[in-house]
Amino acid sequence: MNSLSQITSCLILGSTDPHPNVTPSVLFGLGWLYLILFAMNVVWTWRSFHKARHFRLPEFMGGMDIPNAALWSIYSIALLLVSVTHLTCASVPEALRWFVMPDFAKAAVDSVVADARIYFAVTTGAFIAMLALRDWLAKPNVGWGILNLSLLFLCVSLTDWDFRQIVGKPDNVPIVAMLFIVGYFTWLYFYRANQNDRRAAEGKVPAEAENNEKVLTWPDLVYTEMICMIAITALLILWGIALQAPLEEPASAVKTPNPSKAPWYFLGLQEMLVYYDPWLAGVVFPSVIIGGMMAIPYIDFNKLGNGYYTFNERKFAITTFMFGFLPLWVGMIILGTFLRGPNWNIFGIYEFWDVHKLEALNNVNLSEYFWLYGLGQPLPIAPADSSFVVKSGYILLREAPGFIAIGAYLGAMPMVLAMSVFKTFFLRMGFLRYMVFSNLVLMMAALPIKMVLRWAVNLKYFIAIPEWFFNV
Amino acid sequence: MSVGDYIRDSQIWKSIFRHPAPYDRRNRVVVMLTNFFLHLHPVSIKQHGIALSYTWCMGGITFFLFLVETITGVLLMFYYRPTLEWAFNDILALRDVTTLGIMREIHRWGAHAMVITVWLHMYRVFLTGSYKPPREFNWVVGVILLKLTLLLSFTGYLLPWDQLAIWAITVGSNMARATPVLGHEGPGFQFLNLGGYDLITNASDARFLLLGSRFVGEETLNRFYILHCVAIPLASAGLIAIHFWRVRKDGGISQPL
Repeated sequence: MNSLSQITSCLILGSTDPHPNVTPSVLFGLGWLYLILFAMNVVWTWRSFHKARHFRLPEFMGGMDIPNAALWSIYSIALLLVSVTHLTCASVPEALRWFVMPDFAKAAVDSVVADARIYFAVTTGAFIAMLALRDWLAKPNVGWGILNLSLLFLCVSLTDWDFRQIVGKPDNVPIVAMLFIVGYFTWLYFYRANQNDRRAAEGKVPAEAENNEKVLTWPDLVYTEMICMIAITALLILWGIALQAPLEEPASAVKTPNPSKAPWYFLGLQEMLVYYDPWLAGVVFPSVIIGGMMAIPYIDFNKLGNGYYTFNERKFAITTFMFGFLPLWVGMIILGTFLRGPNWNIFGIYEFWDVHKLEALNNVNLSEYFWLYGLGQPLPIAPADSSFVVKSGYILLREAPGFIAIGAYLGAMPMVLAMSVFKTFFLRMGFLRYMVFSNLVLMMAALPIKMVLRWAVNLKYFIAIPEWFFNV
Repeated sequence: MSVGDYIRDSQIWKSIFRHPAPYDRRNRVVVMLTNFFLHLHPVSIKQHGIALSYTWCMGGITFFLFLVETITGVLLMFYYRPTLEWAFNDILALRDVTTLGIMREIHRWGAHAMVITVWLHMYRVFLTGSYKPPREFNWVVGVILLKLTLLLSFTGYLLPWDQLAIWAITVGSNMARATPVLGHEGPGFQFLNLGGYDLITNASDARFLLLGSRFVGEETLNRFYILHCVAIPLASAGLIAIHFWRVRKDGGISQPL
């Protein structure tokens, strides 16, 4: 149906490319996006003008003080020009070739995102950089600059057909929005936490404790709530008018779509299936996540940071939670939504979803590493007519390296950590609480560890007992 | 006497609102104490506790979206029939011909938004350390509510009965097959057997319990419909009440000790 209409439109319009990167309507729409971006930056320029902040040029450039507002106004005017160019020249795509994502840039971006190894390394690296550079990132002008860069990236990327297909899917729109919203609130957290950390360094109480008079709920709170409710209602109605809820072909139990994806908020779990079997990735780990989150208040013995934003007073808690939420949860949803294509292969954001893309999978079990490569002998196999107990014995012998490794990881590792990096934790938590805590942290780390081992040495399973559906 | 005064002087008005309009301090206090909907709130509140940059308003928005979902959902229930014969056609008609069919769009986008806002609410509560004593247990209730929000969205995903729906639910529920001991492809299902016969088969395991069938079919549609429209909303409503009540009893919105 869809391809038929594309073919007919090609015939009618005389266009030869069924997947055109730029069309007049796309360019016209982008003109409006740039106009919105311009309007946002006019507001920001106005704000900068009133804040009257300056920055100093380096000495070799004259060392002058330049008002921030001057820079933002130049940028805004540039945006206006870009927008007007798009709106007026939309019918002549050649005139706008400078605003189209160039092919070499697409190839560069795709080579980063279309490889789970690089994707994971980049997101983890970005996470560490975010923590390290938080003082600089939390500056309003820096935050605004990052927002503008990401929006410009989005605008320019929309000139690509494949990118539009994946980002413009109605169900994916909220995920794009979520990226920006989560980014904004993370920024807001660091902004407020830095403020309080600076105050603490000066010996002051947190900002939340100052000027904290009681006010009446009516009108101060109920009016805010009323405005908020109206805004949300308006947003939902506009969203509902602008975007139709998806409805595909009627359900058919015999036509399996490729890829078959879980609802977007479970794509992090579906991503785990690549590395762990369903009983772990689909049942045990989700339960551990829920249980572990419930356990947080009973594990965290740190009395500081209750009721105000701070980073310095809760470094470990914030870092661990954010690592779980940002790279491991949101990051995996992004990976599952935008990058996982047919056959669960990874595709770049500008790459066509080719059903025939092949990726070699030659994964090796730990037991095979140990017996075949390590000792140079075949895997222990029970004689064909032996009893259940003997067979089980052989299976356990075969997988002994895995059992020892897992046992050491979850049993001995907490002890080693208790004597080294987690020493203070162990002393303050007591034995039981510490064991729960360390096992939760180790299980959270189990996903990245398995990922890295898969990529580095093609490790399939630590323990591989398909006879019992027991693969770890 | 203006019309407004006339109305406010009438017996009907006075029987509903038992105090004058909240224009002065006394009546602004009274309104919070005597109005059922407002009595969730305290009469007065610390200034920082209502600053949007502190609260992010995400818990409130989540609750509001829950109400939006309830209202639009009830309206959709008048129209939609959860059977193989009608489910898809009813949704199609909602899209193409039904008056106020936009209720489905609002319902679906509201559901997506609710998932995001409930995560952000959790994020904020964590970042402000608001789960610390005395609010530990309310965090636990919140985690259950988060889980219920995801389940609400998940069960609703099946109802349009299109390709997107059944395959997302198939992928999601296939995991239950692998439940340890209770799934027919899970480790340890062999432990549950009686005289050599397995008790856990593909017609008696955790996945079967979820789907009411060995694959996503009409029984599943019915099961998910009841879960989506009755069971989980009731559980959520009860837990939301406890969640709010405890916010008040644990000292209102968190603040520096």
